[in-house]
Amino acid sequence: MANLETMTINMGPQHPSTHGVLQLVLELDGEIVRKATPHIGFLHRGVEKLAEHRTYHQVLPLTDRLDYLAPMHNNLGYVLAVEKLLGITDAIPERAQVVRVLLAELTRLKSHLVWLACHALDIGAMTVFIYCFREREHIMNIYEKVSGARMTSNYFRVGGLSADLPAGLDQEIRTFVNSMPGHINTYEGLLTGNKIWQKRIQGVGVISAEDAIDLGVTGPSLRGSGVDWDLRRDQPYSGYENYDFKVIVEEGCDTWARYHARLKEMRESCKIIHQALDKLKPGPILADAPKIVLPPKHDTVNTIEGLIHHFKIITEGFKPEVGEVYVGVENPKGEVGFYLVSDGSPRPYRMKIRPASFINLQALPKMCEGSMIADVVAVIGTLDIVLGEIDR
Amino acid sequence: MGVEETLGNNVITTSLDKIVNWSRASSLWPLTFGLACCAIEMMATGAARFDLDRFGVLFRASPRQADVIIIAGTVTKKMLPVIQTVYEQMPEPRYVIAMGACACSGGIFDTYSTVQGVDEYLPVDVYIPGCPPRPEGLLYGIMKLQEQIKRERNSFGAAIGVGERIAG
Amino acid sequence: MSVQSAVDKLKAKFGDTVLGISEFRGETTVVVKKEEIVAVCSFLKEDVGFNFLTDLCGVDYLGQAPRFMVVYQLYNIGTHTRLRIKAPVEEQDAHLDTVSGVWATANWLERECWDLMGITFNNHPDPRRILMPADWEGHPLRKDYPLQGPDREPYQGRLQ
Repeated sequence: MANLETMTINMGPQHPSTHGVLQLVLELDGEIVRKATPHIGFLHRGVEKLAEHRTYHQVLPLTDRLDYLAPMHNNLGYVLAVEKLLGITDAIPERAQVVRVLLAELTRLKSHLVWLACHALDIGAMTVFIYCFREREHIMNIYEKVSGARMTSNYFRVGGLSADLPAGLDQEIRTFVNSMPGHINTYEGLLTGNKIWQKRIQGVGVISAEDAIDLGVTGPSLRGSGVDWDLRRDQPYSGYENYDFKVIVEEGCDTWARYHARLKEMRESCKIIHQALDKLKPGPILADAPKIVLPPKHDTVNTIEGLIHHFKIITEGFKPEVGEVYVGVENPKGEVGFYLVSDGSPRPYRMKIRPASFINLQALPKMCEGSMIADVVAVIGTLDIVLGEIDR
Repeated sequence: MGVEETLGNNVITTSLDKIVNWSRASSLWPLTFGLACCAIEMMATGAARFDLDRFGVLFRASPRQADVIIIAGTVTKKMLPVIQTVYEQMPEPRYVIAMGACACSGGIFDTYSTVQGVDEYLPVDVYIPGCPPRPEGLLYGIMKLQEQIKRERNSFGAAIGVGERIAG
Repeated sequence: MSVQSAVDKLKAKFGDTVLGISEFRGETTVVVKKEEIVAVCSFLKEDVGFNFLTDLCGVDYLGQAPRFMVVYQLYNIGTHTRLRIKAPVEEQDAHLDTVSGVWATANWLERECWDLMGITFNNHPDPRRILMPADWEGHPLRKDYPLQGPDREPYQGRLQ
């Protein structure tokens, strides 16, 4: 017997809020949401099963397409997991680690710019969308000079980087990062003091710290509820213990707090990028592991060992020991982890991706129920979900 | 026979097909149908650097008001009925652009849940390869569609119910 | 408290239920019997401090008995330590109890495990498919399920 008191509407997989193919079935009592049920799986591409049929090197482009707004972070998580499985984490050269941190923080800026652009666009502030995408174009230029692609970079490799930074790029990054705090001031000037923004955001999407930990929420969504969590500080990777940055924790538990948390995180990222640029010293970019890392080109064509290693790595791939590892990194969305099970063959036996947005989305019903339908859009924006990661 | 005196310089002669095609091509309104990573490049194309608005392209959220559907991203079997419903809601004349490797042919995802190319179910007019295609690539694809629309014949006739539209 | 003392407390309390402890690359894995999984998880959450369930997944070891292994990655927010719990599940009796009463995170993760692997979780509040369409047959992530799906031949290339 259908419930005659509530009206069920479908916020279908195709809707203008450009967060991807998410379907929300909402039961409404007038304007109040009584029940919100997310339906996902419209972008399930079978990445985990596909990874079982590719060598460890070949899985790397698949990881780009998971959280496609922060591709270098997914690359970083996967590469760190494979390096831990192989046991070569200590052999990664210093320059590779510094460049990894540098590009990871640029990626964090890139992802947060899209968050702000889409969140503001959904609520109605279209100017912020255009401004954020303008800044993003600078970062995409840097990506293109470094890896060749604007978005799906596939730049890191097991053992280091695929190629060194081109000359003059650190100057370009420095110029961009010097201008970034001014741009963040512009966004704050447009939004923070704006009465409409405040009324749409304050008190919306409240989730307490206990509920957030119980539901497994991570990232800025957790830090906005007062929980002091940051994997860069607690389980440091790639040299993050040598950088000086603050972990932004806000006590508000609502969308307003998460908005401030992410904006301040963008400023902290700029600080980390400056420190990384100062730490850059010339040096090797690949670990000394001939059975794992591709040899340089002149070795491949001039020495017989280089030729054989190149041939074996490309056609067969390297064979790690039997075992399993889990590595989690602090993605802009939360904790993205890779659980790799190896059975000694060149292909991963099982690759499980711990998707930050999938688990953050579980908190959506709790954050929406009891609020009005217009707040649902604000909550989707503040959770900062990306469907590529949810559906894999 | 015909016009005896010269026309003034505020009069243009053309054919009905040409003017209808020109107005349709210059004002293509796509449906916001971003599925995956290509959607982000589509958004970047619509943003300030590679402005789409100067081509007359305005993104519309409702399929009833859209001319073209840009399938940007991977099409999965679960999403296919949704795409078909949305495509059927679009009024004629309607066009389909398959943007990105996944929409053209399944891309790198040769798996159990991915449709190997949206042209298995929808008639595609323009294929734009790339993973994701650069914004210039998307602009080139839209321009190719505009040229194709300008080559159509009997557009005006089809609009008033006399005969069919003959594709370019 | 360190991971070693946590594992010692677990072994002291549960004795027989602990089937094995191993360490690889600095990570500790404890294999427990699936019947006691809820008790083990509640103990680890309340008494030992692992209040965060990072991940839950199933692994299909086709050809070995038991065939499936359900893996729980736990994290202690206070001491920043990780622990992995595994529970073996046989093919004929692919059931185990849900831990969504201990951590609410497990709700969707167990739905995904059922959807892709076919491991049923008893007393789960919402046992539906989550990633595949509702009328899909089969569990795609199992090792005997073909990559391209049951209805398609893989792309063989131009040279045929």
